[in-house]
Amino acid sequence: MFLKKFAIAGAMTALMSTSALACEISARVSIVGNEFPAIQSVGAGAQACTGAEVATNLTADHQKINLPGMQGNPAEYTSAIVANSSIVALMNEDVIRPLDDLVAQHGQALKKNQLITIDGKVMAVAFMANAQHLVYRSDVLEKIGVEPPKTYEDMLAAAKMIRDQGIMENPVGGAYAAGWNLAQEFNNMFLGMGGTHFKPGTAEPNINNEAGVKTLEMMKALSEYMNPDFLTHDSNATNAEFRAGNVAIMNMWGSRAATLVSAEGVPQEVVDGFAIAGPMTVGGGNIPASTLWWDGWTVAKNISDAEAEATFIAMMNGIAPSMMADEEIRTQAVWLIDGYEPTEAAVGVFAAAGMDTIPYPMLPYMGLLHTALGNELADFMKGDESAEQALKDVEAAYMAAAKEKGFL
Amino acid sequence: MKHRTFFWFFLPTGLAMLLFIALPIVSVVTQSLFTPHEAVLVTVETCTPFKCTQETTIDQDATAAIREAEPLGRFVGLSIYFDRGHLAIAEVSEAWQTRASFGDFFNKLNNLPFYRAMGFTLAFTFIVTPLVILMGLVIALAVNTVHARLKGVVIFFSLLPFVITPLIGALVLFWMIDSRGILGTALQWMAGDPSLSLKASTGLMWISLMIYGVWHAAPFAFVIFYAGLQTLPMDQIEAAQIDGASRFQRLRYVIVPHLMPLVTFVALIQLMDNFRVFEPIVGFNASAHASSLSWAIFNDLGGETQQLSSAAATSVITIIGVAILLSPVLVRTWRDYKGKV
Repeated sequence: MFLKKFAIAGAMTALMSTSALACEISARVSIVGNEFPAIQSVGAGAQACTGAEVATNLTADHQKINLPGMQGNPAEYTSAIVANSSIVALMNEDVIRPLDDLVAQHGQALKKNQLITIDGKVMAVAFMANAQHLVYRSDVLEKIGVEPPKTYEDMLAAAKMIRDQGIMENPVGGAYAAGWNLAQEFNNMFLGMGGTHFKPGTAEPNINNEAGVKTLEMMKALSEYMNPDFLTHDSNATNAEFRAGNVAIMNMWGSRAATLVSAEGVPQEVVDGFAIAGPMTVGGGNIPASTLWWDGWTVAKNISDAEAEATFIAMMNGIAPSMMADEEIRTQAVWLIDGYEPTEAAVGVFAAAGMDTIPYPMLPYMGLLHTALGNELADFMKGDESAEQALKDVEAAYMAAAKEKGFL
Repeated sequence: MKHRTFFWFFLPTGLAMLLFIALPIVSVVTQSLFTPHEAVLVTVETCTPFKCTQETTIDQDATAAIREAEPLGRFVGLSIYFDRGHLAIAEVSEAWQTRASFGDFFNKLNNLPFYRAMGFTLAFTFIVTPLVILMGLVIALAVNTVHARLKGVVIFFSLLPFVITPLIGALVLFWMIDSRGILGTALQWMAGDPSLSLKASTGLMWISLMIYGVWHAAPFAFVIFYAGLQTLPMDQIEAAQIDGASRFQRLRYVIVPHLMPLVTFVALIQLMDNFRVFEPIVGFNASAHASSLSWAIFNDLGGETQQLSSAAATSVITIIGVAILLSPVLVRTWRDYKGKV
């Protein structure tokens, strides 16, 4: 794995030194962001710039450190790679700068839909789209003679058949780790059930209702077919289960699914059977039980204009259209970059976009509800309390937090 | 020591303590009494790669003006301490008034994050601390009897759990007790139950966390007791032997009383450390089953929206908790000291 990353970085450097000679910067660049293959490619692209130091800190814990790292003056990080959820925290605290003038100067390679515009100001540059969708083992589904599930109800039926026929004990995978992941699975299912998180136009929570209860019941039913440790499984652990051949159907991030079976030591049957399809619907609804995401980069507010310019140039190099010539990088994500041609790995995310999946809400108080969901739903999933009680707890925990932060 | 000498001797330490301990505590207490201003929300057009919509966002200019005027935020007194995330006064009194039985009341209490955290924290503290002392003593006595040539190696290996970074140690154990890990599989085989999972059951997860706690801290107690054993008064031991004291009686009436001041010391440090239990909960991914005050602080600061006031209030409660826990030991030490003077 390490060697592979090294090879990608090396290839990137070679690519950049030939095709993007223009990347010369004159001030410090420091990037913080999440850790998955596509973002690593962006980081490597930015680091190909010469003339000044380009540091990257790519970690799954990025959202815990990006805000503190940008609140200082001067900020430690000159750029944070964010998604529609995490940009909100940075905007709430006013630590990122509008990019309009930099886009005008250096952003010729950008397409209009890459610009995240809030109140007429460009606040981020998106480079990829993402969504959770179905990932399955075609060989296992063929064996039981069913089509890839289009709804979660079909998924449950398929899971029952796989278990009953003794093929796998726990055929369903899911990133249900208590905390952020569990809350995200709730969000997906809740939107699929036709729920809305807040009462229209207010910060009042709106989850303790029929849609919420049905959401939790479906999650509980799915968890019966998961590894009993599911409350500790994040996306990485869920992928490991799939790679090991223990899981046949799961809802997984497009950005992680693409490279799922390219890891070393994955059994041949898993590699051959690996297949991707669009997100599933639930409860007879036609909106997928999933959310649409974009990933993009921002530039810090509390840095000098020279550093901001250097950061913009380096990040532009990290998402240069020339990268799209590399098959390996192209597979890593659904890029929004000019010149991207979808690979087979992209069908899931494209299907999600085509089915009018709802984007993850970019509301200032959504993060608080997400945290409350992550903390309070585990009791229900363990079977310690009723769905109504769990949802009541979530609302109460959210209300306390929202009052503290001045939203209610 | 003369007062004057003592003053100059203590001055650098005192200053450092003031700067790095007292002032931060003052700042944390202040933080816990203030919350951010009411958010000024506006609805603006937001364009993403998917579509343009009308979305609510924070009006930065208006917020900046309010912050300029009152940089500390809104003064809310103790209300953060009393809200649902902390002492939950309203919820607790409601649970008490509507209780069907004591069991029902405790169930409701356990449903509130602060009391859930306290439940685990106190259980962890009062189970792990005595076990650490006991294990440390046993290891120290055992090592003390090992042949001198082997002692170095044995001490080194006994110390390893304490040397390893707590988070790494927790992760190693976490992987081993996974239902597909070496210990997890062994347990399934021994219990004859292939669906047995330590991570899926609250009780078993608590036990795992406590075993980790003892595993990690026992070497600390061991080193202290081992050092103490080197100062054993041999004449007393021999006198006891001549009087016909058995091995256990020598341990009970000579060795343990000799080590008592060290036991107090280890108990003090361990009570403090265990009350702040944190790393194993993160390392074991155990937040579904167990939480602690330190974990609550981490969670408040680690979400996509940070809750500084809430984290500050929990920190102050932690400090008060540590002070209460240590008070019996401190009072005892003070009495011993006065007795000697």
